[in-house]
Amino acid sequence: MSNVGLQAEATAASGREEGWNRPRTLTPEGELLEVAMGPHHPSTHGVFRMDVALDGERVIRLKPVFGYLHRNHEKLAEGMAYLASMPFTDRLDYICSLTNNWAYALAVEKLVGQEVPERAQYLRVILAELTRIVNHASSVGFLIQEMGASGTPLMYAFREREKILDLFESLTGARMMCNYMRFGGCRVDASAAWLDATRKVVAGLPRFADEFENLLCTNEILMARCQGIGILRPELAVNAGVTGPLLRASGVNYDIRKVDRYGIYDRFRFRVPLGDHWDVYDRFMVRLLELRESIGILEQALKEIPAGPIMDAKAKLRGFRPKAGEAYGRIEAPKGELGFYLISDGGPNPYRYRVRPPSLINLTILEDMCLGEHLADVVLIFGSVDIVLGEVDR
Amino acid sequence: MKSIEEIKSAIEAAVSGARVGIVPNGSPSGQHSLLLDPQHAVAVAKFLRDDKELQLDFLSNATGVDWLDKEITEKVKVTRPVTKTVDGVDQTMEETVEETRKHVQPGYLEAVYHLYSMARKHGPVILRMRTGNRTDQVELPSLTPVWRSAEFQEREIFDLFGIVFTGHPDLRRILMWDNFKDHPMRRDYVEPDDFEYEPTAHDEVLARAAAHRAARQGSAVAAAEANAGAER
Repeated sequence: MSNVGLQAEATAASGREEGWNRPRTLTPEGELLEVAMGPHHPSTHGVFRMDVALDGERVIRLKPVFGYLHRNHEKLAEGMAYLASMPFTDRLDYICSLTNNWAYALAVEKLVGQEVPERAQYLRVILAELTRIVNHASSVGFLIQEMGASGTPLMYAFREREKILDLFESLTGARMMCNYMRFGGCRVDASAAWLDATRKVVAGLPRFADEFENLLCTNEILMARCQGIGILRPELAVNAGVTGPLLRASGVNYDIRKVDRYGIYDRFRFRVPLGDHWDVYDRFMVRLLELRESIGILEQALKEIPAGPIMDAKAKLRGFRPKAGEAYGRIEAPKGELGFYLISDGGPNPYRYRVRPPSLINLTILEDMCLGEHLADVVLIFGSVDIVLGEVDR
Repeated sequence: MKSIEEIKSAIEAAVSGARVGIVPNGSPSGQHSLLLDPQHAVAVAKFLRDDKELQLDFLSNATGVDWLDKEITEKVKVTRPVTKTVDGVDQTMEETVEETRKHVQPGYLEAVYHLYSMARKHGPVILRMRTGNRTDQVELPSLTPVWRSAEFQEREIFDLFGIVFTGHPDLRRILMWDNFKDHPMRRDYVEPDDFEYEPTAHDEVLARAAAHRAARQGSAVAAAEANAGAER
């Protein structure tokens, strides 16, 4: 559905009767069995619980339960200076710390009207796309792990992740908790040797993508388990605020890199893969295709990256007090729209600091996707949403 | 996309009786917001979602803000009549005096919604609603029937700020546990001292924990521990 008008027609909510966006009510044929899946279930990617009501193997009701990892990240951030919560953003979605850094830096830069130099913009794009590759490869790996293919595909993904984490470590000093971006630039410059090492890793990635696709895409068991399962209609996806690969697998063309063109994304040529069956297999495929597009962006960025400063000379580091006002900044994080909403009252700490967590909001429609499916498929549908509990519970 | 004034007048034309205000934003982001009156908020939300030109089909972010009571001190110039005796004759004259006045601006809770359009690829349009006060008039209409994505986010606002959304299909606590009483994201929230015993080196923390246990259990053992903690 590339035509904007056509898409608008298909996803419009007007004229639908009240309650169309609520989960269906299913009537059980036999006796109901209530199962608490999690918080110690291996498929829940951490401490997450689903209260499932079953009629035999069929799901009649499913209520997600949150909060096991809640630490009130927002309250913590309101008690400290703006820059001091940068390392805490690493802990939101701990697979993708660099995109979290970028989203927060972007929101603060919007709040104070801060410019970012060229080279820092390129470094941000390079690191964000490497993060996207890490996230998509491992989320596909985990999905297949949950299907029962224990080990092999996940380890293939982790092999590549390891190379990228080594790059993160040599640039930022940490493999996962990178704490790299600053308001108005980045913390340390990348050396020529680091850029060469990155080019080398990126040159090897298409081979990994080929290998991964050959191994998985036409696998009979994978197709049988994933196709036609967990269908999410585009109009519901839009209404429920679903973002990221999950939304695009439902055929809605909405990628914030294309829509907002934040940073320097208007300079890169890349395509937005869309699904047209809206099922688990489409989500799996959209992630693999996005991974390939990210490789393309990386090749362009590594070719074009200019020399120059990595921090804006006018950026204020000490005594940082934005004048009173508010800003909402958002980016296309690997899991969806990650936004930060900040209100300043002129003081050194944010008056209000809000994280818009894509993982939590994408779970809104988990029940809708699982109703009527088998319990074994709930694990797959849940895996295809791709969440991290550090971000869900904050 | 339409400017914020145009959206305001479009709303007022489409929804009769709706009062819409504009909340200006001093930041360079220039994201001004629309203040809705709670009675018409659902109708306005439906209009914004279904209007052909705006088509704000995507509610991205919903959150709460707590504004405490604010004591405002202002200096006001007051003119008052003064009776003075000039040359043995009483005369009434006007005199301008500067007075310091204090008044309390009552606090309120605020729900903020960030809307975008996926169909038309524009945004954000920011909506705000305010409660009557921070204690007993904390009800606002829920926008979950219009945008499903508000479901968990409004639950979170209810949990952490204590705004009660009428018309929400499933308003329960989401991050804190069900028996929890307070709303931790409020600005005047005080952390309780009922943490478990922690083997930390901070004497003050240990003493507070022991005192809490003593008060709770009233047992001699806990009181002894409190004393031991204070001595250490």
